[in-house]
Amino acid sequence: MSNMKSVYGQPKDNYMFKIRLKSTILFIWCVILTIICLLPIYILVINATRLDTDIAGGLTVIPGKALGKNIKTMREDFGNLFKPLIGYRNSAIITVSATFLTVFFSALTAYGIHVYDFKLKETSYMIILFIMMVPTQVTATGFLNFMAKIGLTDTYWPLILPAVAAPAVVFFMRSYMKSSFPLDIVEAARIDGSGEFRTFLTIAIPMMKPAIAVQAIFAFVANWNNFYTPSMILLSGDPDQKTLPMMISAIQASDKTGDLGVVYTCIALSIVPIIIAYVLLSRFIIAGVALGGVKE
Amino acid sequence: MASAAQKRIKSISYAKYGYMFILPFFLVYFFFQLWPLINTFIVAFQGNGSETGEAVGLDNFKHLLQKVSLTQEENRKVLGIIPAESEDEIAALTAKKMQGTIHDDFVTAFKNTLILWFGNFIPQILLSLSLAVWFTDAKLKIPGKGFFKVVMYMPNIITAASVAVLFMSLCSESKYGAVNQLLHSMGIVKELEGPDRDVVKFVSGVWPARCVIMFIQTWMWFGNTMIMLMSGIMGINPSLFEAASIDGASSGQVFRKITLPLLSPIMVYTLVTSMIGGLQMFDIPFLYHDGTVVNKDVSTVAVFIYRHFHTGQKYQNYGYSGAASVLLFIVTLALGSITFYMNRDVDAIAKKKQRKELQKQMKLQNKQFGGLSL
Repeated sequence: MSNMKSVYGQPKDNYMFKIRLKSTILFIWCVILTIICLLPIYILVINATRLDTDIAGGLTVIPGKALGKNIKTMREDFGNLFKPLIGYRNSAIITVSATFLTVFFSALTAYGIHVYDFKLKETSYMIILFIMMVPTQVTATGFLNFMAKIGLTDTYWPLILPAVAAPAVVFFMRSYMKSSFPLDIVEAARIDGSGEFRTFLTIAIPMMKPAIAVQAIFAFVANWNNFYTPSMILLSGDPDQKTLPMMISAIQASDKTGDLGVVYTCIALSIVPIIIAYVLLSRFIIAGVALGGVKE
Repeated sequence: MASAAQKRIKSISYAKYGYMFILPFFLVYFFFQLWPLINTFIVAFQGNGSETGEAVGLDNFKHLLQKVSLTQEENRKVLGIIPAESEDEIAALTAKKMQGTIHDDFVTAFKNTLILWFGNFIPQILLSLSLAVWFTDAKLKIPGKGFFKVVMYMPNIITAASVAVLFMSLCSESKYGAVNQLLHSMGIVKELEGPDRDVVKFVSGVWPARCVIMFIQTWMWFGNTMIMLMSGIMGINPSLFEAASIDGASSGQVFRKITLPLLSPIMVYTLVTSMIGGLQMFDIPFLYHDGTVVNKDVSTVAVFIYRHFHTGQKYQNYGYSGAASVLLFIVTLALGSITFYMNRDVDAIAKKKQRKELQKQMKLQNKQFGGLSL
């Protein structure tokens, strides 16, 4: 009780001041964190435009003028290791197909479980929930061994096809459908003579656009950044087959890394497109992360 | 009221469509995930290198877990300093030495995984939790919250492989390293080159390299954790916070008595995903090294597994990587269940028990009235 008294007894004159002070301190702390977040990227972009000899001279704030020269040196010296255009193409082929398969088949599976009544309905959903917990790297050894046996290494199939089975995405879509996909719509479509698959394509998919968009972005990012699986499956080391992260790792492993300006240019070429995409889509992505936190 | 048409439709069974719609998922799952998982367990009991496919029982696990060290005499025999009795003996001793190396590698990798995970999880959760609490506090007025969120999440979206190589260049120990240049301009590092150079060994030093990797992991993940925790805090009923502030609770009390207990489901989720992610840490420890050899001081279990099934076209040690995967799987399962067990809702379980007791009593009472439920 005495505690309460002291709280109510105090004059609250300095209350606003305290709040303002705390907000200011936190604001400064956030600015420091922002600088820490951005500084490595900033140094990367600056150093990508400077010559090797300039970089040795220390850090600067203003970009240099040697970006063109660095790209030229990159073409000459790293021509066999780092081919940005081919890297973009290969990464794009894998990423786009895998993302499409993930969202389409996850929506299909979630729809099948949500709309229809069948004996194994709950069992199959439980299985999906359970396999969500198995870490992907535990299966890697058996996966590679199996792919080598059936001769699918050095092809893109093992990188694209497994995207069909994405348990976490199915789980997300099912929760989304539960909250915003009434079954009456399916029955109305049946009465109007729509086939089951057509109902899914023309009614369910448009209604699930928000969930599909969020999951497509995350699947895209995960596939684009994936280094583990491609470097495991693409064994031959053919530079025309490598994805972008693999090319970056090839630079790392080569003995030609003397010219740091060029190394920075290569890294910048791999990072900058994704940062531009992020700046354009950031609102959407942040909302998606928050949604995932609540639902999962 | 259901119309005649609706009744007719309801009588048709659509079950087969259900199976048809989920079939592709399960086919692909079986082919690309379930069978590989079983296959991992199979190859864990098979030989390595040229002996791939031969059953060897528990040998791989033994090699990974059993400490083997050669005596000095044996070591000399392997090196050819002392003549051995026969070629068979040399072969046996070489195999024994290999076994010892593999055990040491695995133990180091396991230790590193734990160190790196703890070292990035603790600062990460402290940072994210405090930021999440401050950002959701209605009383505080921090301008530009949206901007801060966007910037802090950004490192998470960048390709991890590029991040590793980028930090590798930034932390380089030559005069080109940006971090050492920064320390030099602050006066902490005195000489960047020459015989007296005292640069911080961010790459070749054991703990500096580990610290850099912990920093990268924290840098990449704190924004993600922060946003998830924020959405968790915003899911808590705001009237609880209002009631607390009317009762005169300090912000520390609100945090300890309201935010933290009500946030625990999301905290458990974060802990479990971070733990599974941490045990699988690969890209950054694998690529953070000078030259072509993986730095053993930062190599993780995932790197160990990868190195053994990816040693080249000919000698793939599927056995060792399979056995390590199985051990990793067991550890993941154990840690996951412990976390869930520790964080289970004790109150809810007690209430459930109570309810069951009550139901039992009710049943007994009902029996007295001839089994009729009242």
